[in-house]
Amino acid sequence: MEGPNNPLESEAQVRDISRRTLLMKIGIGLNALVAAAIATPVIAYVLGPVLKRKEYLDWVDLGSLSNFPVGETTLVNYRNPFTNSWDGDTANVPAYVRRTSDTDFTVFAVNCAHLGCPVKWFKESQLFMCPCHGGAYYADGSRASGPPERGLFTYGLKLQKGKLLINAGQMPTLQNQAGLGKTPCSGGDASVKPQIVARIEPCPGTDKSTIG
Amino acid sequence: MPWYRQVYDWLEHRLQLEGPVMEAMVHPVPRKTASWWYVFGSASFVLLILQVVTGILLALVYAPSAAHAWDSLEVLNHQLPLGWFLRAMHGWGSNFMVAVVLIHMCQVFLFGGHKYPREFTWVLGVCMLLMTLGMAFTGQVLRFDQDAYWGLGIGASIAGRVPFVGGQLVHLMLGGPMINGATLTRFFALHVFVIPGALLAFTGLHLWMVVKLGINEWPMPGRIVRRETYMKEYHDLTHTDGLAFVPLAVWKDLFFSAAILLAVAACAAYFGPFGPKGAPDPTIINTVPKPDFFFLWLYTVLSYLPPNLETPFLLIVPPIAIAFLIAIPFVAGIGEKSWWRRPVAVFAVFFIAVCWGAFTQLGTYTPWSPQMHAWSGAPVPEKLLVNRTPLERQGAVVLQQKQCRNCHELGGMGGQRGPALDDVAGHMTEDQLYRQVLQGGGNMPAYGAALSPAETTALVKFLTTLKVNYAPAASDASRQVADADTGTAATGAR
Ligand code: HEC
Repeated sequence: MEGPNNPLESEAQVRDISRRTLLMKIGIGLNALVAAAIATPVIAYVLGPVLKRKEYLDWVDLGSLSNFPVGETTLVNYRNPFTNSWDGDTANVPAYVRRTSDTDFTVFAVNCAHLGCPVKWFKESQLFMCPCHGGAYYADGSRASGPPERGLFTYGLKLQKGKLLINAGQMPTLQNQAGLGKTPCSGGDASVKPQIVARIEPCPGTDKSTIG
Repeated sequence: MPWYRQVYDWLEHRLQLEGPVMEAMVHPVPRKTASWWYVFGSASFVLLILQVVTGILLALVYAPSAAHAWDSLEVLNHQLPLGWFLRAMHGWGSNFMVAVVLIHMCQVFLFGGHKYPREFTWVLGVCMLLMTLGMAFTGQVLRFDQDAYWGLGIGASIAGRVPFVGGQLVHLMLGGPMINGATLTRFFALHVFVIPGALLAFTGLHLWMVVKLGINEWPMPGRIVRRETYMKEYHDLTHTDGLAFVPLAVWKDLFFSAAILLAVAACAAYFGPFGPKGAPDPTIINTVPKPDFFFLWLYTVLSYLPPNLETPFLLIVPPIAIAFLIAIPFVAGIGEKSWWRRPVAVFAVFFIAVCWGAFTQLGTYTPWSPQMHAWSGAPVPEKLLVNRTPLERQGAVVLQQKQCRNCHELGGMGGQRGPALDDVAGHMTEDQLYRQVLQGGGNMPAYGAALSPAETTALVKFLTTLKVNYAPAASDASRQVADADTGTAATGAR
């Protein structure tokens, strides 16, 4: 600044500048408007996976009931109902089907309720064990030990024309059930321990396991 | 004038870069900072560039599609000349970068480099550390194998614990209902565009501030940082006892960078690339997922937390830790810089380092995971079967058959989830063994429903033989008193 003679200080100039700053501000405002108009729909694009949440679940056919022997827990695979064509093998989902009688089925997600690792079924000891942090579950899916807070996740299911259908479609986490239908978990109540007292006495007749 | 000089002048006349660049290069730095301690920042930068270059080269081939990513890594490993080496450089470069960035951070903290006027340099540095870790995690996802798949599952399960919006967050993170093609493309975009873009921009700013504010001087006990006088003191220091950064101080950075690059290349050539492990097919459930080295500590923490503390811990501790790191220069922005006068700071660094080391070490052999194949793969040591009754031997069979070995060692083989059973009869009576087997407890499942009475008896009889030779079997003193009173023999009861 070089004193009053500075051309910038002349009155006309000052008026001109304030007019131009106003124009600049309007220009910025215009850009903000245009940007908002363009960006708002794009938010829907980014949030798409959340907005589509309702469409994920569907009924999946696990095959004929005769595939599942009574008293056993069987590992099955199904194709996820909601896929992209470039999913490859990742759209195949494993699940455990437990059949306790002609009509009683439970279908468990393989994902451990702790952090989602795949649990493995051991029919000899009637336990599901998780390879990650050592969670273990009983045959009915209830928590046996380790870090999980609850039992295994289950799918809603129905029997139709001799087939087993489950309601599936999303990875189960604490707030996303594996599917709709049943209560989130059949056996999440850890306080119900298997009957043991009677078993200490040699019980006459049978030595078969009671579970499974 | 030689031709290259002419070209240079022609360009310089138009670019006008010489002034600012020269100024930045020859700016004086305090003499004592021309030290080997000050080389980690530049080494981090060199590693970042290495990651960018090797990353671009890998992206020429990598297919970010869930159906093909794994195959393209196999092609890189086995079919393209030196593809394996580039993958190895990128993988080892990542490990080195995380390590060097962490060392850089500790060094800056211990030298008081976060204090006035460099608070914001530190804050940006914290953000850059988080981005580096973000790159390490997303990079592990792009190596789309079983570890990546189930690692994503763990990430999703953690996100699913956020109150109220957990479900939505999981879908946002996975890009759909589950881990699939949409998930991989998301993480590809993060790993290749979003995080590196931000990281490079932040690096630029970080460097700008380092040049403008000057390198942190070597801390001296008693030389106190005051907001009013620091700038002048620093200026005097650099101008009375300073060196031109180029060439008098920079040679150590150059030597160290070369050594680091050589180390990365040596590791890459010797150890080769990381994975990919098994194909990312979720129906292969015979898998033991494990995170990469830098997340092993987290893996350990997650297995040792009590179940009801886990969600609060996962959701509250990381934000607090980050807030704490960012708050450091604002809480302790002035005063002593020297580590001789900052015992708490020194203790904190070493405490964290020791915890991290211990957790990581545990994470390398995961004593909390059952070994899924031990029941069929780890036999009962022969010497435990010598001179045993048929019933006891039958018990050894039950022990194997019922997967006890998945969690329990015998003769150094088997899982480590529970205690080794070699000497169990030395401290547990028969009754206690029955109780433990049938009711479980303390992270052991109850076997009451999975064992027949005959199996239980045989099993416990075998367990009672498991003690060190000549040592007495465990006994229950109260039982002896009670039995003496009633006149029954202590052992005949069952
Ligand atoms: C899921 C893993 C797991 C399985 C499977 C398992 N255990 Fe355990 N076991 C444990 C854990 C964990 C403990 C420690 C319990 C505690 O801290 O109180 C334990 C403790 C024990 C103890 C007490 C050891 C001591 O020194 O205190 C005995 C005995 C035992 N288990 C026997 C068995 C037998 C027999 C089987 C098979 C029928 C079996 N366990 C299966 C995890 C397991």
